[in-house]
Amino acid sequence: MSVGTTVTEPTARSAGKRSQISGKLAPYGYVSPTVILMVVLMLIPIVMVLGYSLMDNVIMKQNPQFVGFAHYVDILTSDSFHGAVWNTLLFTGASVIAHLVIGLIFALLLNTDLLGNRTKALFRMIYILPWLFTVAIIAILWRLLLAPNGVVNYLLTASHLIGSQIAWLAEPQYALFAVTFINIWSGYPFYMTSLLAGLQGIPTDLFEAAKVDGANPLQRFVFITLPQLRPIVISMALLDFIWTTQQFALIWMTTGGGPLNTTEMLSTFTYKLAFSRYQFASASASAAIVLAISLVLAIFYVRAQKARD
Amino acid sequence: MTARRQQRFLARAGVLVLLVIGSLYAGLPVLWMISSSFKPNTDIFEYPPKLIPGVATLAGYATIFTDPTKVRFFLNSYFVSLTVTLLTLLVAILASFAFSRYEFPLKRVLNVMIIGVQAVPPITLLIPYFGLVVFLGLYNTYQGLILTYMVFTLPYAIIMMTGYFNTLPRELDEAVKVDGGGSWTTLWKILVPISIPGIVSVGIYTFMIAWNEYLFALTLTKTVEMRTVPIGIQLLMGQHSYEWNEMMAMSVLGCIPVLVLFLFFQRYFIGGMTAGSVKN
Repeated sequence: MSVGTTVTEPTARSAGKRSQISGKLAPYGYVSPTVILMVVLMLIPIVMVLGYSLMDNVIMKQNPQFVGFAHYVDILTSDSFHGAVWNTLLFTGASVIAHLVIGLIFALLLNTDLLGNRTKALFRMIYILPWLFTVAIIAILWRLLLAPNGVVNYLLTASHLIGSQIAWLAEPQYALFAVTFINIWSGYPFYMTSLLAGLQGIPTDLFEAAKVDGANPLQRFVFITLPQLRPIVISMALLDFIWTTQQFALIWMTTGGGPLNTTEMLSTFTYKLAFSRYQFASASASAAIVLAISLVLAIFYVRAQKARD
Repeated sequence: MTARRQQRFLARAGVLVLLVIGSLYAGLPVLWMISSSFKPNTDIFEYPPKLIPGVATLAGYATIFTDPTKVRFFLNSYFVSLTVTLLTLLVAILASFAFSRYEFPLKRVLNVMIIGVQAVPPITLLIPYFGLVVFLGLYNTYQGLILTYMVFTLPYAIIMMTGYFNTLPRELDEAVKVDGGGSWTTLWKILVPISIPGIVSVGIYTFMIAWNEYLFALTLTKTVEMRTVPIGIQLLMGQHSYEWNEMMAMSVLGCIPVLVLFLFFQRYFIGGMTAGSVKN
């Protein structure tokens, strides 16, 4: 250790005493910037939003009044909120399942021993591409692709899969499907990379032992691969579920929650309450409900993480 | 034996075909973006569509590079993302050192908090941040964006960094202690230098989060000279007619930093994460 010898050596005893005291305090010193940031920008804002949600006339007006749970009652009983919950559930559920399936298929393909490493690296690069794009770019790119006279409609009409051009993002019966499709495209690489790492971490002797016992590839997949990937899959799916229920930018830039609220999510619903209609108190109540949902999911996530360790 | 070889050949062909189909799904939209960025705007919706532009032009790129407002989007994004990355790394290294090397009463609570914080929805924080940032006079400033971004980059950075430090043997620390160095020396002279691969990957991840952020950039900035690339792209969409070629050119330019980082990162990551300390 060459670096060690360059450190000057104070008298051993005083250093020992000093390090005993500073040793107790040191960890707090090291974590203090994090703690300060988390308190100022996490704890206080959460307390603030909970406070706003119980009041009227906040932020934009000067005379806040306490109104109790009135905003919660309004929101929880409104049809537009129920619509947003339902849309978020469909969007999130379909996304998570499709991410998992596509991610697993691609990871299995990329883990094949039938192809050379160079070829696999090339395909891995291509498959990871959607992950490298920011949501703003993804949104705008798919608006171009899915435009009525865009290339997707051209391919679908040319192959006679659909009769006439469809405005995928502007027609109520297709918009939710379209935004979910876009979200699936942008999100599967996250699963793929993690699952690929998981696959590569499975000890090969498990497979060899199964081969000796006469297990066929399907059996090996069901009884070795899947159980080995289970912890990764569970924590990823939970994380994805949490993130997807919070998705805002993609929706905002493709449909804005429309047409006719068919793609309204909890996030866009809350955002509009605050920044389009300036009802900050109602918006805070809605934001608090979103927080509660996320925290419940987070508890499952933390448990899954602990089980993994 | 030949039957076996034939079977293997067929399996290989099958896997290759599937891989190609998959890469069409993954890659075609990206190719379309690149191709559209080189088309004149009038050819964007030409019928039938052509992947290789009939007339290729740099007009889309030229309008971006000659417009100071649009160049500013990029400068803002680079400045904010790089600052967030450096600050996050600094704060995360300090915190991770404590989590990895010390036992202290609040450790468990803090740990759970840091994991839990990742689940707090940005939309929940947006409303109080709006109030707080206006109150602190940070509305429409770089500082406002940088501070708020750090809340989202820090937890992950700390978790990754702590994991990395945990893989480094404690004998290294002991060596410094025997030589009379304190924990500060241990951290900066020993742990940080051998953690460069981990720091690089945390840094890249942080940079990506900051580069891609949309919601706070949308809400906490107002004037066009404070906007970042994601908002800039959207602003192009609002203007008069849709300049699709220009938007695609901006998208291509917008993903170059992440793409470059990723190419670099892949090599670094695979070599770095496992091959660790003791060798040094």
